[in-house]
Amino acid sequence: MTSTTAYNFAYLDEQTKRMIRRAILKAVAIPGYQVPFASREMPMPYGWGTGGVQVTAAIIGPDDVLKVIDQGSDDTTNAVSIRAFFARVANVAVTTKTGEATIVQTRHRIPEAPLSEGQTMVYQVPIPEPLRFLEPRETETRIMHALEEYGLMHVKLYEDIAQHGHIATTYAYPVKVEGRYVMDPSPIPKFDNPKMDDSPALQLFGAGREQRIYAIPPYTSVESLDFEDHPFAVQRFSQPCGLCGATGVYLDEIVTDDRGGRLHACSDTDYCEERRAAGHFGADGAPVPAEARP
Amino acid sequence: MPANRPIDLSSRAVEGGFANPVFDAQAVFAAVLQAISRPGTVADCGSRAAPPAPLSPAQGAILLALADAETGLFVEAADAALEAWLGFQTGARLTEAAGAEIAVAGRFDRSALGRFPLGTLAYPDRSATLIVEVPSFNAGPPLRLSGPGVRGSAEIRPAGLGEGFVAARRANRALAPCGLDLLLTCGSRVLALPRSTLVEEA
Repeated sequence: MTSTTAYNFAYLDEQTKRMIRRAILKAVAIPGYQVPFASREMPMPYGWGTGGVQVTAAIIGPDDVLKVIDQGSDDTTNAVSIRAFFARVANVAVTTKTGEATIVQTRHRIPEAPLSEGQTMVYQVPIPEPLRFLEPRETETRIMHALEEYGLMHVKLYEDIAQHGHIATTYAYPVKVEGRYVMDPSPIPKFDNPKMDDSPALQLFGAGREQRIYAIPPYTSVESLDFEDHPFAVQRFSQPCGLCGATGVYLDEIVTDDRGGRLHACSDTDYCEERRAAGHFGADGAPVPAEARP
Repeated sequence: MPANRPIDLSSRAVEGGFANPVFDAQAVFAAVLQAISRPGTVADCGSRAAPPAPLSPAQGAILLALADAETGLFVEAADAALEAWLGFQTGARLTEAAGAEIAVAGRFDRSALGRFPLGTLAYPDRSATLIVEVPSFNAGPPLRLSGPGVRGSAEIRPAGLGEGFVAARRANRALAPCGLDLLLTCGSRVLALPRSTLVEEA
């Protein structure tokens, strides 16, 4: 792609955008319900965020500021290429700072910094159907959602407890939206599930290969499934971020050498960078010199 | 309305559309998305469309942004001039109320639940979005909103909703997850009451 003039604004044609926009409006009106949509071929393979890209392309306007993260990082292949894609085909401003973004497209994380009312999260979803691995037939899962028949999901979580002594699901942990639909939050760590509940931001989910769009409006109840005697709990880390010293954040384990060296650092690179720029540092990080701070 | 009637391409049909279809459609959609994801919030569609009667500017803009040849469209009291305008501007043909995905009606009451598609338990998204013009957003009796998108509760005061509006909303909500989604328009502005919003007399 050398020229953008050959493409419509934000790549998709207007007919496709209208179709996606109608699906988004229904998705928002029925929180947690997966609205079928006619997913298009995108200039990237399925599994690389085609659903999220189509949702972003349908909502983005010339004044939006886009941030794209991949597992919390602004700097990995998926995030860099999608950000570059929209900078090119929509000529929008892009950022890595969570606070500056109006749209945050994400693969598998929710930023650590609290979101605000003007922001929209767009999640890339591989398998939108939370019941799919329990019941492979779409005809059956559709009836289960229609009849609010979610016993199978609780059996699955119970079997986790029977086998492992605790609910062993650590990511894509199923949630119930507004007391009605059981929903796949996309493969975010369960650490992020509580951030979905009562969020001031609009949350949109796009699954390109599976052709589904779903949504959580702002200030909507999102409850992680659990049992009275096995309440939902998020991951806890025994040490702070090695680079910025943050606690209560989701950490990545990074292999640093071939002698068993490990670094635990924030998965949210923007959060980590902002903390270090503010003078915080952890056990494995050197303080950023005052003259190098913004 | 017969579907095979030739479209009258008078000059009225080709006027009053989006000056800049791509960005106008995005801006109007953004306003509707803002309204429907935060019920009670009034969003402005701007002066982007000048549709023939009986459509208001917001209603015209919303139809231009969302309707096309794939969309079942119903407009109460539509005449040939309006049909021609919609046909030229969007490619959409008018349909029966029972086949509408987007419907413009004079009011929302209990009879609407029998006229328009409500979706099914398996496909609750196959329901109509109803667009109703009101004379004012702040001169009517107070209504309290709660539900998804509303932080705690919100109050709105749209005028001209008519008797039985709150009861019809209650009946609509009892159909959940099925039901009609409602967009109230006033001039160029829009306020959304999706099916998930609980509406009570304040």
